[in-house]
Amino acid sequence: MSAEPVPAHPTGRGRPFDPPQELMEWQAREPLQRMRYPDEHVGWVVTSHELARAMLTDARFSARSEFKRAPVHRPGTEPFFGVPAAPGWLVDMDPPEHTRLRQQLAGQFTARRMRELRPRLTGIVDELLSAMERGGPGTDLVEAFALPLASQVICELLGVPSGDRAEFQRNSRILFNLTSTAADTSAALDRLYATMQDIAAGGGEPGETSGLLQALTEDGTLDTEEIAGVGVLLLTAGHDSTTGSLGLSVFALLSHPDELARLTADPSIVDNAVEELLRYLTVFHFGVPRTPLEDLEFAGRQLRAGDSITVSLSAANRDPRWFQDEADRLDLTRRTTGHVAFGYGIHQCLGQNLVRMEMRTALPALFQRFPTLSLAVPAENVPLSTDMSVYGVHRLPVVW
Amino acid sequence: MHVSVDTTLCIGSGQCALALPEVFDQDETDGLVVLLDAKPPRELHDDVDEAVNRCPVQAIATTAT
Repeated sequence: MSAEPVPAHPTGRGRPFDPPQELMEWQAREPLQRMRYPDEHVGWVVTSHELARAMLTDARFSARSEFKRAPVHRPGTEPFFGVPAAPGWLVDMDPPEHTRLRQQLAGQFTARRMRELRPRLTGIVDELLSAMERGGPGTDLVEAFALPLASQVICELLGVPSGDRAEFQRNSRILFNLTSTAADTSAALDRLYATMQDIAAGGGEPGETSGLLQALTEDGTLDTEEIAGVGVLLLTAGHDSTTGSLGLSVFALLSHPDELARLTADPSIVDNAVEELLRYLTVFHFGVPRTPLEDLEFAGRQLRAGDSITVSLSAANRDPRWFQDEADRLDLTRRTTGHVAFGYGIHQCLGQNLVRMEMRTALPALFQRFPTLSLAVPAENVPLSTDMSVYGVHRLPVVW
Repeated sequence: MHVSVDTTLCIGSGQCALALPEVFDQDETDGLVVLLDAKPPRELHDDVDEAVNRCPVQAIATTAT
């Protein structure tokens, strides 16, 4: 028996774009090691790229919510441990339940459909940039750009009527804010479900834009509760992860002027630049939870049924054994293949190609419209959402 | 190079179809991979390897011909 205390998941960051240093030390020393959870359960954390991909493609590890422990406590909220997946929440399910839902949804998120959204994305981006320009020469880029872009796109995709969108956005923020009280979170969730069920049941004004919710309703395979669950899942995930990725990407580029200059000089590198930003920033900074359903051996260690495991995507994406050349450096033209910013395996992010299209459209357009864009406050005063389940900037004050 | 896909593994992530639409497409109903060209020309081989590497469920395989 080792007398050393088992550490908890770190949350403090020495530098805004780098994962907590402890994770990187663990990766170098012991990429599968014990970790203490907020309820004192002693489970595991995976920090290397190799083991992260191996675990996320190993069917012996379950994603079912009743076994999931979050590595970091969200004040005021109930842990989801012990609670089975809500209808439609495929992230909390294993095959075959997961497969059935995933196939219903994957057809709505094909690369072709995402490419076809491009003109609409360009339109939304241009409108937002023009509004910024009219109100300039300074703004909060999260409030004026990242958030409304993410919100408008996911709402259009789902088919949320424009009149409901402001309230949707409010409720989504309450839901994902780690400091929200349990009562507030639960009330916000109820309101989101109610509106989604309304849409799925064919509510809203006649002739309203048709989206994913209406398509699923017409298809008839999923019931109303499942469709509402899918809707809430996609809406909340779409808002926060896209807002986080966009806001943090702009902050990172403004903090790396040489890299930004490469992008503005040659916008044709944007696709790879987006992959590199996704890798470098990895906004799902508390990783993904997995649990073995039986006692088993993995990477030379004995794991017990029910052990909670956190697969750290942030650490895996900085693994020098995979990314080589200074994995901690932002390099917009490095080889990014294999990054796990969207996870890996059967649960890999459903909306990943949508996020890619949004970032590929938004970033070049932003810097083209405002070539002199810069931070309006010292970098150390940019408020970071270290407390949120999705990492990002709370606000990004800019001037041009 | 000969390319094959396994639709029992595929989850429709669309990584291959995004990276190389000349060779990979997706079914509009379930999003699963549709192989357009099992013997892609030599100049696309690097891109095929890239698609193999990006697939999150290893549903694409290649063999030398």
